[in-house]
Amino acid sequence: MAPILQLRALKAFYGQSEVVHGLDVEVEEGGMTVLLGANGAGKTTTLRAICGTVRNEGEILFAGERLDRRTTEQIAALGVAHVPEGRGTFIGLTVEENLRLGAYTRAGRPDANMQRMYGYFPILAARRRQQAGSLSGGEQQMLAIARALMMAPRLLVLDEPSFGLAPQIVEDIFTIVERIRREEHVSVLMVEQNATLALELADHAYLIETGYVVASGSAKALADDPQIRRSYLGY
Amino acid sequence: MNESATAVAADEHAAGRYAGLSVGAWRWIGALVLIAFAVMLPFGLSKYHVFELTLVMIYAIAVLGLNILTGYNGQISLGHGAFFAAGAYTAAILMHHYGVPYWATVPPAALICFVLGVLFGLPALRFEGPYLALVTLAMALATPQLLKYFDNWTGGQQGINLVKPLPPASLGIDRDRWLYLLVLAVLLLAIRIAANLLHGRTGRALVAIRDQPIAAAAMGIHTARYKTLAFGTSTAFTGVAGALAAIVVGYVSPEGYSLFLSISFLVGSAVGGIATIGGAIVGGLFIQFVPNLANDISDAAPGAIYGLAMLLFMYAMPRGVVGSLGPWIARSMRLIQPSRPDIQSK
Amino acid sequence: MHQFSQQIFSGFAAGAIYASLALALVMIYRATELVNFAQGEMAMFSAYIAWSLVNGGVSFWAAFVITLVVSFLGGMAIERVIIRPVENAPVLAAVVVTIGLALIFNSLAGWIYSYTVQDFQSPFPDRPVLGALITTRDLGVIGVTLVMLFLLFAFFRFTATGLAMRAAAQNPASARLCGIPVGRMLAIGWGLAAAIGAAAGVMVAPVLFLDPNMMGGVLVYAFAGALLGGITSPVGAVIGGLIVGVTENLVGTYLIASQLKLTVAFALIILVLVFKPHGLFGTAIVRRV
Repeated sequence: MAPILQLRALKAFYGQSEVVHGLDVEVEEGGMTVLLGANGAGKTTTLRAICGTVRNEGEILFAGERLDRRTTEQIAALGVAHVPEGRGTFIGLTVEENLRLGAYTRAGRPDANMQRMYGYFPILAARRRQQAGSLSGGEQQMLAIARALMMAPRLLVLDEPSFGLAPQIVEDIFTIVERIRREEHVSVLMVEQNATLALELADHAYLIETGYVVASGSAKALADDPQIRRSYLGY
Repeated sequence: MNESATAVAADEHAAGRYAGLSVGAWRWIGALVLIAFAVMLPFGLSKYHVFELTLVMIYAIAVLGLNILTGYNGQISLGHGAFFAAGAYTAAILMHHYGVPYWATVPPAALICFVLGVLFGLPALRFEGPYLALVTLAMALATPQLLKYFDNWTGGQQGINLVKPLPPASLGIDRDRWLYLLVLAVLLLAIRIAANLLHGRTGRALVAIRDQPIAAAAMGIHTARYKTLAFGTSTAFTGVAGALAAIVVGYVSPEGYSLFLSISFLVGSAVGGIATIGGAIVGGLFIQFVPNLANDISDAAPGAIYGLAMLLFMYAMPRGVVGSLGPWIARSMRLIQPSRPDIQSK
Repeated sequence: MHQFSQQIFSGFAAGAIYASLALALVMIYRATELVNFAQGEMAMFSAYIAWSLVNGGVSFWAAFVITLVVSFLGGMAIERVIIRPVENAPVLAAVVVTIGLALIFNSLAGWIYSYTVQDFQSPFPDRPVLGALITTRDLGVIGVTLVMLFLLFAFFRFTATGLAMRAAAQNPASARLCGIPVGRMLAIGWGLAAAIGAAAGVMVAPVLFLDPNMMGGVLVYAFAGALLGGITSPVGAVIGGLIVGVTENLVGTYLIASQLKLTVAFALIILVLVFKPHGLFGTAIVRRV
């Protein structure tokens, strides 16, 4: 299957500092690719480069279109849904309003999509009129993912979905994400520090260290690699 | 033998010395040259130009006061015209009602405006951002009304006419040049005080309070005390400027201390660079000359030209002239520095 | 007692104008954390546009609508051209830009329309009603303000664009990720604010008489009203504006030293703020460390 996302010699910058040095990454259509690595490796920066929120050089190809010269809004309109680090929910708005905003780029009424989201995340249905800021961390993460899916995206970009959440909640969320990937036919690119869980779900993985790809391959191959197991999986 | 000579040369470069003198020494020389130039300048200009430059320096002192508050403390004041007026009327009342000699009115003006600043600073601490702007705006609006109301002291609408001071006979210079030199002396003193204040412990505390107030408090910086002192010092500077203005112009009246004056100070501060000392002088130049230039360009709509000038300055140099050019100059200076051995090679 | 009630009601009428301008100020502040000091002068300029149209033979309400549309477009243009360059600059730079803009509008109005005070006929006849408590003209002003408020509320609450604007104001980064063109939302916000200000200007012109310096005092009171209500609260802006209007009127009527009206009115408002430093309905900005 052709890759839906291709990063070629991608460099990313914070101001004058080059933080990502020429990455080559591919995401297969319909598959889940995960970027692993320690803090500060440049994983989040890579995702931000894809969505046009940091300065970058190199090529970003999404279903044949070049993303690297476009604005964040244009990239979103093309079908790339980004769930940022820290969720990025509109805390002053209700759950339902958050979901509606996710569908901003889609024509027609969002109600059918919303029902589907409530199907994946029943807790959100119960809290639909509540202010998003009053939700727990796990619920906000679910809301952020649901909002991204309201766009009916072709690529879902998840930045550290497990951050700050209790292990049980993380398992629940990951189970739902896997289900969504299958049922919605959406490709997923995920950055995760929780390597064990991520490698269980993903098809492919890249290991990033200080802005370089140091290992890549199928998730199983990386999970079986003893060196990686020692450095990143802890056993 | 060769090796030690190279070591000495490398040391000199590493310490940033040029032609045997350190950067600090060069700064002193530069400052002395500037001061000498400023002292000699009035003798080469017409009386009117000397008067204009004197006003520039007075506005610079006022804007310097505002910079202490806005730039280093992050509090926006729309009301410094009120303190300018307070200083001016203090001087005028002392001179007119009590016959105090002109030069002796400046310290009381400073003291009174300092006290007023502390008094207003205390409650003003409760307010942030636009709320503080409103409170200071109220001060600026109240000033003409209060000045007209207490007409026993202030002469009400008519204001007070003052006798312009005589220069000391021994110096043999005329009044305009004498006043210029007097104001220049006060400006240099003000710059010295501001620099000491802001580059020392107090300055660092103020910047800390501006940028990270919670962390600053957690570090033990007595936020309330510093903020109040900043307010008082700021108003004292502006009050001194007001007193000097009264002396130099020889006339005070409520019309001269309207909201427009406060706004001019704020704009001058922004155009010069709020967290700089040199920016105050640029601000003074802007306040004095741009409105006149605007009048020359268009007598039908001078305000539009003045407003346009504000826009263009902010587009080109959003951090003010000194705020934007300063870092650029510093970077250029590093370029012309002699190359030095890379002490931190990887 | 009758005079007291009368003053309260006519204070409401003035307050309605302050409320409208305050609403415009709050809209822009919520979107950009910037106080638009040019709001009053923009409103004054819009009033002149309406006046020119009426003088040219257009009916009042047609002129009103045309002026609102022109002001909306003008506000959008101002955001894109004048404010955009300093959007990411320090706040003071943007403040100075709005001050400069105010000067430009004021001066242009004087140049184009001269400083002669002009007559502007109100569409509402000036007849006393309700037992001479209030005039029909004042009622008309309050009515127009309420209609505007309602339309604005409905726009933000029930339309997709309104929701997108609220999102863009609260969290521009996340809004972009949803595909919302944040820049365009800002421009629309300024356009709406300009239109609201225009309505305020047209309402006030018959009362204060049309001249380039008409809105200076109004802006100051509107600013006070917006802050009194809480600079981030539209409802607060309206209530704040009304309170300021009534306060100003009562102080003007009962204060012996009438030259100190502005001083005393502001002193009272600030006194309230001392006890509620974020306004009556404002929320303290909770800073997370």
